Amino acid sequence: MLRRSGQAVPLLLLISVIIFLILHEAPGGPLTPYLQNPHITPADIARLKHNFGLDRPLYVQYLAWLGHVVRGDFGYSTSNSMTVVGAILGRLPATVILMGCAFVFSLLIGIPAGLLAAIKPYTIWDYLVTTFAFFGQSMPVFWFALMLQLVFSVHGITGFGYRLQLPSASMCYTDACPIDDRVVHLILPTVVLSLAYIATWSRFTRSSMLEVIRTDYMRTAAAKGLAPAVVVLKHGLKNAVIPVVTIIAISLPGLVGGAIITETIFAWPGMGRLFFNALGQFDFPLLMGYLMLVSFLVVLFNLLADVAYAWLDPRVKYD
Amino acid sequence: MAATVPLQQTPEPDAQLQAEFERERHATWKRFKRHKLAIAGSAVLICIVLVAIFAPFLSPWNPNFIDQAHWNGYPLAPGTYGHFLGSDENGRDLFARLMFGARISLTVGIFAVLIEVVVGTFLGALAGYYGKWVDYVIMRATDVFLSIPLLPLLLVLTAIVAASSNKAALSFGVIVIIIGGLGWMPVTRLVRASYLSLREKEFAEAARAIGGSDGRIMFRHLLPNAVAPIIVQATLDVANVIILESALSFLGFGIQPPTASWGNMLANAEYNMAIAPWAAIFPGLAILVTVLSINYMGDGLRDALDPNMR
Repeated sequence: MLRRSGQAVPLLLLISVIIFLILHEAPGGPLTPYLQNPHITPADIARLKHNFGLDRPLYVQYLAWLGHVVRGDFGYSTSNSMTVVGAILGRLPATVILMGCAFVFSLLIGIPAGLLAAIKPYTIWDYLVTTFAFFGQSMPVFWFALMLQLVFSVHGITGFGYRLQLPSASMCYTDACPIDDRVVHLILPTVVLSLAYIATWSRFTRSSMLEVIRTDYMRTAAAKGLAPAVVVLKHGLKNAVIPVVTIIAISLPGLVGGAIITETIFAWPGMGRLFFNALGQFDFPLLMGYLMLVSFLVVLFNLLADVAYAWLDPRVKYD
Repeated sequence: MAATVPLQQTPEPDAQLQAEFERERHATWKRFKRHKLAIAGSAVLICIVLVAIFAPFLSPWNPNFIDQAHWNGYPLAPGTYGHFLGSDENGRDLFARLMFGARISLTVGIFAVLIEVVVGTFLGALAGYYGKWVDYVIMRATDVFLSIPLLPLLLVLTAIVAASSNKAALSFGVIVIIIGGLGWMPVTRLVRASYLSLREKEFAEAARAIGGSDGRIMFRHLLPNAVAPIIVQATLDVANVIILESALSFLGFGIQPPTASWGNMLANAEYNMAIAPWAAIFPGLAILVTVLSINYMGDGLRDALDPNMR
């Protein structure tokens, strides 16, 4: 396990090299926004290049950047007028709240749905779940978000004497931001962000459980006279859930990255929107910091997935 | 003509092998046919492809024509003034734009996946066939590119390239290359895995024994045996690329107006949703139906080509 974490360090270094190269070697590089300004002459560009140290050899620039990064300094975000770390930390809570809600919601729906489909294969329940999974995976997130806004925000639903109208943007109506206000604002973004995860997780749970149901120990458990619920939940779920945990761990960083679209549409003040705004203003330090952070999460969660797998399944041994 | 006798008679095709091949092909087709939704998906997809190909003949309107005679600043409602699905916020026929948008989505999907498959197959073949340090280098590169989240990376690349080329619009080709160039990793992994076992098979050894070059063995002898999973992966990837392209266009970093793409049609419709919901509903529906059809077709292909993988 130590060796596997050891492998993560060179991987992260390689990732940082690639990200650095892409952002600095792409035509224009970090001075791209100035290139379009007619008032800035090539001489100005050369001077800026020198001032920012962009005329140094690329490896010197990279090492200088890396030296700052290992000390926790990702530079200064020009679009936010504060340090990159400060800007990202400021947006972290909003993203974590949204991610957490989407995570719990996807778990609560996805896993039981997958189980249901596996326990009653080729019934109406199974078809419902698998069809839903196909739709969820094929759905363009941004359109799903727009349609929910159309139904629940623009028009609202009236029935049984109640009127349901959900807010379509931001986190709160007021600065005080009471809890009920927050909850109401969370509903639509959570549903949108969860859709794809419910789809994949339910599919994985289904196929994993179907495999477990066929095993001998399940037949033994049933033959002992255990109640069907005990057989399925205690003997079955415990084993079926192992590969699902891996999938979940691997898809978690995607929640951060995938939130770009959701946060942009719902004007959610999280990291995804921070990134998107920085993109429009060519805020290179922030873009690099964001890409590094999300890539780091991917590597970290891949590692955690391996750890969880070995821990849950004693048959698995890493050398 | 009949007077010339070939020096070397080509051997008769081995009848038994041929029969076996046909039996296998028949079984594959039968497995695919059993998957009703895959058949339905393929049928829908064929219709969409036909519409895309023949859009200039089928479309009642030029997709960029502004119906100034009737347009009064608001999107025209469906069914009015000969606009079957209404018009967008600029008075352009929505149905015509949807038809031409299909061309963009499908061509981006197909060409980007073509790049993915060519690059991925080449790298995967090298890694799987040569092993050792070649494998190590290629696999680490795969790890690196799989670890950088795709959407942010795509956004950064398209933004930088668009800004530095000093044009608001990224050309179609650049988008295809960027999307395709960042999607080769799954194919590489698949091909590598197939090659690891294929290179140990007797027929590979036989090809080596009669002095076949590495390139010949890799692409003439081994590749045909590794093709099934590539086809399945490529089909599903077309669906993913269509979603990616429409997401990029929706966010303003993909295909730029006035060229109609399902993604950028949605971006413009977002602001008029309260008064013109149709302009937002139909482009997304088009994406959903297309992607769903491709996914079902891919699922059927997987069942048919790889019966052990269910």
